[in-house]
Amino acid sequence: MGWFLANSGHVFDLAGQHLVLAILPMVFGLLISIPLAQFARQNSTLRSVVVTATSLLYTIPSLALFIILPSILATRILDPLNVVVALTIYAVALLVRAALDAFDSVDDDLRQAAVAMGYKPAARFVQIDLPLSLPVLFAGLRVVSVSNISLVSVAALLGIGNLGMLFTSGLQRDFVTEVVVGIIAILVLAVVMDAVLVLLERLLTPWSRASTKPAGGASA
Amino acid sequence: MAEAMIVFENVTKRYQGGQPAVDALSMSIDKGAITVFVGPSGCGKTTSLRMINRMVEPSSGTITVAGRNVSQEPAARLRRSMGYVMQSSGLMPHRSVLDNIATVPRLNGVPKAAARKRAAELLDVVGLAPVLGKRYPSQLSGGQQQRVGVARALAADPPVLLMDEPFSAVDPVVRDELQQELLRLQRELAKTIVFVTHDIDEATVLGDKVAVFAVGGKLAQYAAPEEILRAPANDFVASFVGRDRGFRHLAFNAADAVRLHPVKMVQSAERTVADGGPGEWALVVDADGRPLGWSSPRDGTGLVPGGSLFHRGDTLRRALDAALSSPSGLGVAVDDDGRVAGVLKAAEVLALIEETRQNREERP
Repeated sequence: MGWFLANSGHVFDLAGQHLVLAILPMVFGLLISIPLAQFARQNSTLRSVVVTATSLLYTIPSLALFIILPSILATRILDPLNVVVALTIYAVALLVRAALDAFDSVDDDLRQAAVAMGYKPAARFVQIDLPLSLPVLFAGLRVVSVSNISLVSVAALLGIGNLGMLFTSGLQRDFVTEVVVGIIAILVLAVVMDAVLVLLERLLTPWSRASTKPAGGASA
Repeated sequence: MAEAMIVFENVTKRYQGGQPAVDALSMSIDKGAITVFVGPSGCGKTTSLRMINRMVEPSSGTITVAGRNVSQEPAARLRRSMGYVMQSSGLMPHRSVLDNIATVPRLNGVPKAAARKRAAELLDVVGLAPVLGKRYPSQLSGGQQQRVGVARALAADPPVLLMDEPFSAVDPVVRDELQQELLRLQRELAKTIVFVTHDIDEATVLGDKVAVFAVGGKLAQYAAPEEILRAPANDFVASFVGRDRGFRHLAFNAADAVRLHPVKMVQSAERTVADGGPGEWALVVDADGRPLGWSSPRDGTGLVPGGSLFHRGDTLRRALDAALSSPSGLGVAVDDDGRVAGVLKAAEVLALIEETRQNREERP
């Protein structure tokens, strides 16, 4: 505890870097996965190809990816961009399937109703499909959030700033307290991120918590 | 001869080279009237409806609405010019009731405030309380949701309403209310309504004209409902219209001439000597004279629930049903305030039916 208080500035600094490295890939992952999933919904062959291909991405070991990416992206090994790209790949691996499930969860009758009322395809997607798929999409985002926060720490092995550095430095100095602080900090970060996502979902989908009990006020 | 609003000309729809879902359909739908497409499943009635707003594209043939070929119109604009009501209410769960109703005006570029104001008016038109406007659809009963669906279809004041089995998922009592409500609305609005149902009763209650479809997408008969019940064009229509068609046909004859008799009325099902004691059926009424049920001639059975009520202006079908459904065999007639006006007897209703039939034979 004493060590944490003495070094809290350092820990918060690392936590901030950790958070940025975890959140950016979630955003990029969403921006890639949503159109990709929508594209894959065209037919069942396309769908299984996309799902299989993206799922395979998740099996690439993260450390290997961190090391290979600089040569592909022509970045320096210490460039945080490598981590963002690597984690975006993992986010896409998880989110394409989640987005497909999310779009599947939208009642087809509602799509038909939207078409019958005269929605054009793009407007229908943005105003009907997307908001209605948020509950399932957020379930996927919460998995990605936890996965990313845990994976970011691996980048510390390469010397890229994040809470994982508390592990590497603690191990090198044989100082257990630092490692424990790192573990707790990552846990807290994951829990806070999850709470933020839950809150965000509640804000964006007030309708999903509306009581399903029929209300009075008129006949029939 | 009514003016035609929607015309099918030799329209065929085939799915991937199979049997036609709709086979060479030619028909003309009257402006300002309710036309009902009815038939068993797989008869092409819904496909035919959905070809009107291009939810389904015909394989061949043309459909015109108000003289314009629908295939020449941009699909989205065409659809916005027709109200659409479907079986599951199809309301957007993430939008309030008001915003659901305002959908098509919003798509047409009406500002939000104006569209909501119009939506609030429509809530009233379909008989829903203003407080429901702020709720989400999931907070409404099935019947209320269907009313909102109708309000949404009316929001842009389209000349044409397409209704795809809109009342088939609600319970019979609510369905009856919704049907009456639709007829009331139609008397005020005079839209061209195309209504799909598999229920011949619903078709004859609502339709100014009824189109009976046979399996394979062929139009079997297209006529006024009264004519379809009285003179089915072929065996298919006769069997589809069903065994009770004679009884149903009574719904097209007013029972204004039926005689009402006085009836013994009591305030409580428990009989006392002052009431004259047991011996005959007595109608139990509340303080205002509205029927509550019957008191049996046998002692101690308490209040016996009554049958259906006959209102002034009702049909022979209602009159006969009132008599047959009553435990005493006496159909209870009520006035406009719901107070007992008298009772009618099944035998007399039957005599009136016979009289009506003879009159029809004399003046064909």
